[in-house]
Amino acid sequence: MKLWAHRCVARAALVATTSFLATTSCNKPAPDVRSETPPSARPLSGAMADPSRLAQDDGQWTMPAKNYAATRFTALDEISTGNVKQMGVAWTFSTGVTAGHEGPPLVVGDTMYLVTPWPNILYAFDLTKPGAPIRWQYDPKPLGAAKGVACCDIVNRGAVFANGALFFNTLDGRAISVDAATGKERWVTQLADINRGETITMAPLVVKGKVFVGNSGGEFGVRGWLTALDAGDGSVAWRAYSTGPDKDVLIGPNFTPHYDSDRGKDLGITTWPGEAWRTGGGTVWGWLSYDPEADLLYYGTANPGPWNPDQRPGDNKWTAGMFARSPDTGEARWFYQTSPHDLFDHDGVNELVLADLRMNGGARKVLMRADRNGLLYVIDRSTGEVLSASPFAPVNSNKGVDLKTGRLIAVPEKAPKQGIVVRDICPAAPGAKDWQPMAFSPKTGLLYIPHNNLCMDFEGMAASYIAGTPYVGASVVYKAGPGGNRGFFTAWDPIAAKPRWQIKENFPVWSGALVANDLVFYGTMEGWFKAVDAGTGQLLWQFKCGSGVIGQPMAFKGPDGHEYIAVAAGIGGWPGAIVSADLDPRDATAGNGWGGALGDLKSATTKGGMLYVFTVSGGK
Amino acid sequence: MRRLMCLLACVAVAAAGCEREARRYTELPAAANRSTAVRLTMLQPGSPQPLSNVQSPYQYNAYGLSEGKRLYAAYNCAGCHGLNGGGAIGPALTDDKWIYGSHADQLFSTISQGRPDGMPSFGGHIPDQQIWQLVAYVQSLAGMVSQDAATSRNDDQAAAKPENRIEDARQIQTGHR
Ligand code: HEC
Repeated sequence: MKLWAHRCVARAALVATTSFLATTSCNKPAPDVRSETPPSARPLSGAMADPSRLAQDDGQWTMPAKNYAATRFTALDEISTGNVKQMGVAWTFSTGVTAGHEGPPLVVGDTMYLVTPWPNILYAFDLTKPGAPIRWQYDPKPLGAAKGVACCDIVNRGAVFANGALFFNTLDGRAISVDAATGKERWVTQLADINRGETITMAPLVVKGKVFVGNSGGEFGVRGWLTALDAGDGSVAWRAYSTGPDKDVLIGPNFTPHYDSDRGKDLGITTWPGEAWRTGGGTVWGWLSYDPEADLLYYGTANPGPWNPDQRPGDNKWTAGMFARSPDTGEARWFYQTSPHDLFDHDGVNELVLADLRMNGGARKVLMRADRNGLLYVIDRSTGEVLSASPFAPVNSNKGVDLKTGRLIAVPEKAPKQGIVVRDICPAAPGAKDWQPMAFSPKTGLLYIPHNNLCMDFEGMAASYIAGTPYVGASVVYKAGPGGNRGFFTAWDPIAAKPRWQIKENFPVWSGALVANDLVFYGTMEGWFKAVDAGTGQLLWQFKCGSGVIGQPMAFKGPDGHEYIAVAAGIGGWPGAIVSADLDPRDATAGNGWGGALGDLKSATTKGGMLYVFTVSGGK
Repeated sequence: MRRLMCLLACVAVAAAGCEREARRYTELPAAANRSTAVRLTMLQPGSPQPLSNVQSPYQYNAYGLSEGKRLYAAYNCAGCHGLNGGGAIGPALTDDKWIYGSHADQLFSTISQGRPDGMPSFGGHIPDQQIWQLVAYVQSLAGMVSQDAATSRNDDQAAAKPENRIEDARQIQTGHR
C-alpha cells in the first residue's frame, strides 16, 4: 500500500508567540505502517518503534491525544472556516452499546479503529471501501461483574497504535495487544483485580517499546499505580504506586521535586494516618504525555480515598498531583501536588499539554493543566515549578497557589467536615474540568477547554472499608454554578493567563476538544457536535447527533485524499449515567451527586452509541 | 416430542403416572419446588403457579426497617445505589423498574446471590436476618411498605424525600436501564 499523499502539511504558519514540541521535523514522510515488518520480527525499542514520528503525520491519528504533547491539533485544512457550513455525514456506525462513549476513533494507514465502552469490542474499519465496512473485530469478553466496580459508567477512553499493533484495556482489568492488520491477539496481561474494586478505563500510551497502563477505582479504596508493560510480550517491566514507601513509588536518589513539601523519606506513608495509605487511592485513570527530548513521562494521580477528608489527616502523598518519571525505569524525577490533602475529590489526572511558551522574557518548556480545582497551571516541565495558576472557572474553595511554597491556598469555611453540610462549594467534585481533554493550537497559542460550571453541597460521612464496595464517605449534591449554565467552552491564553473567548453551554461540556487548523470542534451532552472559529469562537456549523456527545473528536485524511472529522456519540460517563443508567434524580445524590444537577438531561437526550464521520467532499 | 409433552404435563400437574417416563438429570421434581421457587420471571411453562407470598418479617416493623436503613449505609449499598436509592453504579431502587423483581423472596436472592452485571453476592458474608432487614428497607425506598412503619428522617443531608413520603414511582417515565 502506498501513502495516500505526502502528509507533510506546511507548518510554516506555526507562529511566533509559541513554538510547538511535536512539529520538529517535516523532512521524512511517515512510515507506511501496513508494509512494516511484523512486530515480532524486530525489537520494539529504538527509533524505528518511536510512535512520535507517526503522530507527526496529520493524515493519521494514532493515539487519543494525537501526539505525545497531547495537543489534539491537526494542520489539515481542507475543512475550513469557509466551507465547514457544507460539512455533512460521510458514514456512520452503530456500536450497539448504550453506555457513555468517551473514546476516540484512531486512523492508521487506510484503517480506522474504535474501542467501545464495556464490552470493550475493538473494531477495524476499511476506509478504502464505500461506507467503511468492518475489516475485523476483536471481542475480549470482559466480565459483567466489572461493571459493579466502575464508579462512573463503564467507559473506555481509547486504544493506541504503535509499531503494527494496537493496545487497549478492558474494564475487568486486562491490558491487551492485537495485531493491527489482522486483529489477532498478541498478548493479554491481567493487571487489575475487580474484587479489590479495581477497573481500567484509561487509554494507554506507548513510549520506547513500553505500554503504560494505570488503574481506576479511587472510589473503592484501591491503591493507585502506573504499570509499564513490554510492548512486545506484555510482561510487566515496572510498577509505580501512588502511595506507600519510596521503594514502591519508585522514588530514589534522582527524585528532585521543586518544593520542600515533597522532600523527605517515605512521605507516601508518613502523610497518612496509620495504614490508610493502603486504601488511599491515587489511581492513574487519566492521561499521559511524553517529552522525547527530556525523555520524561508525565501523568497525574487521582483523589485520595475516602472522599471524607476527616478520615485521612495529612497531605496524602502522592495523590492528587503529577509525576515526571523516566519511561525506562519508572524512577520518579519530580512531583507536584495540585491538591494536598484533597478535600473535594479533585483528582489530579487531567491531561498535561506540553508546549514551549515564551514567558517572562524567555522560552520555557512547560506543561499545562486545567485542573479539577479550577486552576489553569503552567508548570516548568523540567523542574515541576509552578509558573502560573489562574482560575478558569468560578472558584471559591481555594485562593490560588502560593508561588513560593507551591501550595494551594485553602479557604477554611469551604472545607468539608464530617456530619456538617458545607454549602455552595465551587467547583464541585467533578471539578471545573474533569477528564474531558482540551486541545492546544500552536497557530493561535490558545488552549481550547471543554469544562464545567458546577458548585456543590458536601457533607462528610464515616466510610467503612469493605473490599470491592465503594469507599467514599460523602453526601454530595451538585448544582449549576454562577450564571445557571452548567458548562463552558473556553479559549484560554496560557501566557496572559486569561480567557480569549468563552461559550456558555447548558450542560457540562463532557466531550474532548479538537483543533483542525482554524476550526475547533466539541460536542454537547444534548447531542450537538459543533465547529467554532478558533480565533473568535463564532459558531460556524453544528450537527445534532442521535445521542449526547462525550467522546473525543479527531481528524484524518482518507485514502481518497480528503479530510474527515470523526466523533463517537453516546451519552453516559459520570454525569451522563443519569440517562444511560436511568438514575432517579428525585434522589439528588444519585450518580454520586449528579441527581441534583442534571435531572433535565433525561428529557434532552437518550442513549445509544454511534460513530459519525463528517466530510465536505460529499463522502462516498 | 411426546416425551417432552409428557414431561411438561408432569411439571404442570405432577401426575404420578408419568414417573416411568420422567428423566431426572440433576433437579428435584418440580413439585418439590412448588412453594419455594424464587422466580425471576412472570413467564412459566404450562399453567402458572401462584407467586410465593414470602414476605420480609420486617415489612411492617419500624425497628427492622430502620436497621435496614443503617445496614444499607454500613454495607455500602448506598455507595452503589445512591444514598437515598436513586442509583449510581447500580440501578435506582426507588423507581418501579426491577430487573430481578421486587418481591421479598426475589430481593432476598438478589442480595444473597448477587447478580451478574455487578451486584456483589452478600450471602455468607452477612446474616440472613440482616438481609431480610435490607429487603424490607429496599421495598420502603420504592414506597412498597406501610407508611407508618417506614423510616421518616435522615440524619444526614436531606437530598430526597424521606422513605415514608416517597411518591408513586410510576410518575417518572424516562428511559430504561
Ligand atoms: C459494588 C456495587 C454494589 C453494591 C455494593 C451493591 N449493589 Fe446492588 N446492584 C449493583 C449492580 C451493578 C446491580 C445490577 C446488577 C445486574 O443488573 O445484574 C445491582 C442490583 C441490585 C438489586 C436489583 C435491582 C433490580 O432492578 O432488580 C437490588 C435489589 C440491589 N442491588 C440491592 C443492593 C443492596 C441491598 C445492597 C447492599 C447490601 C447492594 N445492592 C449493594 C451494584 C451494587
